[in-house]
Amino acid sequence: MTNAPETYSAKDEVGQVRARRTRWERTWIELKKAPPTAWFGMVVISCYVFVAVFASALAPYGEADSSFGAYLPWGDGHVFGTDQIGRDIFSRMIYGARNTMGIAFATTCLAFLVGGGFALAAAISRGWVDQVISRFVDVLMAIPSLIFALMLLSIFGSSIPALIMIIALLDSTRVFRLTRAVAMNVVVMEYVEAARLRGEGLGWVMRREILPNIMPPLVAEFGLRFSFVFLTIAALSFLGVGIQPPTADWGSMVRDNASLIQFAQYDWKAGVTPLIPAGAIALLTVAVNFVVDWFLMKTSGLKE
Amino acid sequence: MSDDILLHMKNIVIDGFSDESWHEIIKGVDLTLKRGEVLGLIGESGAGKSTLGLAAMGYGRPGIRLTAGEIWFDGQDLMTASEADKQSLRGARIAYVAQSAAAAFNPAHRLIDQTIEATLSHGVKTSAEAAEDAKSLYAAMDLPDPENIGFRYPHQVSGGQLQRAMTAMAMSARPDLIIFDEPTTALDVTTQVNVLAAMREAVDRFNTAAIYITHDLAVVAQMADRIKVLRYGEEVEEAETQEMLSNPKHPYTKSLWAVRSIEKPAETSDDYVLEIKNVTAAYGSVPVLHDVSIAVPRGKTLAVVGESGSGKSTTARVITGLLPPTEGDVLFNGAPLPAALKGRSKDQLQRIQMIYQMADTAMNPRHTVRETIGRPVEFYLGLRGSAVDQRVSELLAMIELDDSFLDRLPGELSGGQKQRVCIARALAAEPEVIICDEVTSALDQVVQEGILKLLMKLQRDLGVTYIFITHDIATVQAISDEIVVMWMGKVVEQGIKDEIMQPPYPEYTELLLSSVPTMDPGWLKGAAAARKAMSIAEETGKA
Amino acid sequence: MHPILTTVLQRLALGLLTLFFVSVIIFSSIEFLPGDFTQAVLGQTATEETVAAFRRELGLDQPAIVRYFDWIGALAQGDLGTSFSGRASSGVDRSRPVVDLVGPRLENTLFLASMTAIVAVPLALTLGILAALYRGSIFDRMVNAVTLTTIAMPEFLVAYILILLLASLNPIFPSLANITEDTPFWERVYRCALPSMTLTLVIVAHMMRMTRAAIINLLASPYIEMARLKGLSPRKVILTHALPNAWAPIANVVAFNLAYLVVGVVVVEVVFVYPGVGQLMVDAVTTRDIPVVQACALIFAGTYIVLNLIADIISIVTNPRLLHPR
Repeated sequence: MTNAPETYSAKDEVGQVRARRTRWERTWIELKKAPPTAWFGMVVISCYVFVAVFASALAPYGEADSSFGAYLPWGDGHVFGTDQIGRDIFSRMIYGARNTMGIAFATTCLAFLVGGGFALAAAISRGWVDQVISRFVDVLMAIPSLIFALMLLSIFGSSIPALIMIIALLDSTRVFRLTRAVAMNVVVMEYVEAARLRGEGLGWVMRREILPNIMPPLVAEFGLRFSFVFLTIAALSFLGVGIQPPTADWGSMVRDNASLIQFAQYDWKAGVTPLIPAGAIALLTVAVNFVVDWFLMKTSGLKE
Repeated sequence: MSDDILLHMKNIVIDGFSDESWHEIIKGVDLTLKRGEVLGLIGESGAGKSTLGLAAMGYGRPGIRLTAGEIWFDGQDLMTASEADKQSLRGARIAYVAQSAAAAFNPAHRLIDQTIEATLSHGVKTSAEAAEDAKSLYAAMDLPDPENIGFRYPHQVSGGQLQRAMTAMAMSARPDLIIFDEPTTALDVTTQVNVLAAMREAVDRFNTAAIYITHDLAVVAQMADRIKVLRYGEEVEEAETQEMLSNPKHPYTKSLWAVRSIEKPAETSDDYVLEIKNVTAAYGSVPVLHDVSIAVPRGKTLAVVGESGSGKSTTARVITGLLPPTEGDVLFNGAPLPAALKGRSKDQLQRIQMIYQMADTAMNPRHTVRETIGRPVEFYLGLRGSAVDQRVSELLAMIELDDSFLDRLPGELSGGQKQRVCIARALAAEPEVIICDEVTSALDQVVQEGILKLLMKLQRDLGVTYIFITHDIATVQAISDEIVVMWMGKVVEQGIKDEIMQPPYPEYTELLLSSVPTMDPGWLKGAAAARKAMSIAEETGKA
Repeated sequence: MHPILTTVLQRLALGLLTLFFVSVIIFSSIEFLPGDFTQAVLGQTATEETVAAFRRELGLDQPAIVRYFDWIGALAQGDLGTSFSGRASSGVDRSRPVVDLVGPRLENTLFLASMTAIVAVPLALTLGILAALYRGSIFDRMVNAVTLTTIAMPEFLVAYILILLLASLNPIFPSLANITEDTPFWERVYRCALPSMTLTLVIVAHMMRMTRAAIINLLASPYIEMARLKGLSPRKVILTHALPNAWAPIANVVAFNLAYLVVGVVVVEVVFVYPGVGQLMVDAVTTRDIPVVQACALIFAGTYIVLNLIADIISIVTNPRLLHPR
């Protein structure tokens, strides 16, 4: 930068000019620079996804196969022993990955579809449409979401579709808030005004001008929402009103095996058995948070 | 070292943290200041002038570290001094005046408490003495009601008044040195004169040494005895003010007043491409334009001049249809345009294009140059495939860039290049009228000159009409044919440049023109004296 | 009228309005029950007469608007309705008023929540402010790492780890927090130790991080830099320049986390079998005892709204722009 030419030319003009690279090169360079925490997060998430996708091939026994003795110890054909009605805990952990993550993923997608859609509509139309939706969301958010979920579950029952719908509805309010805020920031940008002045239709403005610019924060939010939904489902299942037996799920597995903790003094392996599914939940949440932190720092340039 | 030297900074190196590593942002600068002397520190954004100014107090903002060099202030090296020693100097012997007074005053305390705070905590005066002194300082700074204004809270007084109060705050302990960090940049030009005059007077009266940091050469010419030019963290040259203005050595220094060197004879025409007739407009219930009539001559440049809040940008919004007027019409080639954007045809939209102040926000950061310029070509002209590419190449050539820029994103362009691409985007529509909304005010001087020359060349080649909205009189001088002066939502006058820029003036035009600092170091005294005689001078836009 | 008063009144009115809408939502939940729920409550063998009588008792023969006002009117007098449980298909009714079920449990929950808040709030604020003041230090980084991990853990994991360490392996505290009305105060405190510790850990992690962020944000204000450049001591910068502007963000952090506590209490009560509102609600959800669920939801939502209201009012009355209008 110090050797700036004496005579002025637009082409040589210096500034904060980044070198040009293709998208792939950029991604790879960013990945190589990623901190160990982000790498750890990505590896953990990949493992979880792998296990979830190939659950039925990986699990040694069936999900609801209760043909073994109750509370068998670790090892001896059952890596983590068996539960109170004689199901293989290791197999149920694997199926649990598929069930809990699958349901959480579906719920998050639905929440984004609903919340994001309404938010974009509100941000673009503004005026009374925005006012009505926003006030409605305010009221929904005035009830703590776990409490709201419990109430709705008492009405609609704890089937998996009901669970997905209810949590997606509650979570879509949070998605709405964020998407609307982010979209509002973009909608007031001059390039959006320029597109409107050009006479572009609503579809173009949404698809080409707004959406590409709100993607990074939304992707990050997707990660955070996913881990939040995941925790909520685990909590509900733990409370016994979420995913119902015999479907394997980490939250209810904690509950089912909780009493084993009393025996920790005599057999530490038995004692930590209920902590395994709980730990699996925590590990995934930590991993997602690490990746999201790094991603946010990359895309927003935030240092704090 | 001679006795009358107050501050001597030797071979200062300062690092800044960005992109996850430390970079040198000040690369070995020397600076000497005598007692009672005012040094102007001038340079463009990113030159490191504020960083250097704060370093004179031994202070580095978070993310900044003073790496090497010596900072001798009155026999003490601030580079090696303890935090406690620096603390006892700051506010007592070295004071700081920040750019934004509104942000630098604590909203929770009264002005007077903040004014005398440093004086009290350093034990310079007693509380009663300091308070009395603060009132006399407020009077010296020409603040209204100096006895009581100190009992107000920061949000209760206007921006110009806060800036004066901050100078009073800096003066309170009678420091030997004050660092002024762009203290008038955020103010309107008519407010700026009074604040500058008050600062200059105070500095002279107490024989305080000062470092005055700014990017505006004309301002620094009024304030400083000596000027130092910085660029990319290095000294370009330093000289006495008079010498620097009349005989700059370095080409970069000359480029700092590049815009002032553009000259263009004014021409006019009776053939009006666009006419605004008796337009009144409001944001909701807040009226912003009152009976505005403007006629835009074809193929010429009409400059719309005014300060913030004068309604000049609102006029642009009315022309483009973003803000339908409550009364009046906009005529295009003699026929009225539909008031609202939605009612206008594609053809009507195509004829009037717009270029914005901030090229950063006017370009979609996710669209390449090819997409940005190509879209209006497709949209208005209906070209497809290679025809679009060819047209985009031609347009790039017109703005003096080449095809290597085609696939760049805005983040990979410099500020001036971005603004050029925005110009190409407007040209791509093949418009008759281009509205330029402060298109050069966010750019450095050299780049401004380039953009203005480009716009003039394009006008000669294509015969396009410009409506040039600006607050900068130098820019108006450089490129306009006709001028409209606006004030508080009304048109003060419209006419050909040579007439508007010559007396007799309507009162507001005179105030505006006389407020613009010139390169003549004696200008401020005359302007300030003339100002006192005028009635509407005191902070027209007093919020 | 003083602008502060106007703003506070506006905020109060908004709070009441929110409360009203929330009560409408909670009330109307019963409308979505499937038509045959009376049978489910009374049992399959219920006679048509008993079903009809039950429906009449619920007022299902009346329009929803009338029922809403009856419900809210009764609520205002402290009548939360009658539980569904204890009814039999024969028509014998051993159900109890919801108030009797909720009342004592609410006391227990408040006891646990206050016990947690008294420890957690000062602890979190202190840690957060220290971490912000010594940003980047080893202390700051350590506290950050610990809290980040805690936040990612579900409450029940924290709870079971504590049980494993402090009740099972080293029997210091009881793993079940069963208390009755007769349990003496200190005995209660002892039995609540583990649930309270669990909640404290979770809340402190959140609250400390938010406090730290709020203080750092505050310290980045230009007027703080100005105070430093005036040569004020770091102590004075914090006390006279940062603190007067810190009330609003801190109040928001505390309210947000106390509201979070309200929810966290549900899971923790279930883990420790603590007889509080949270556990009552979960049991009622399992048995689909709607009046009890509604009452609990209303209590939780109300607390949540009131806490946020208080934080907003604190922000309003400490805002210098409103305190000293033009």
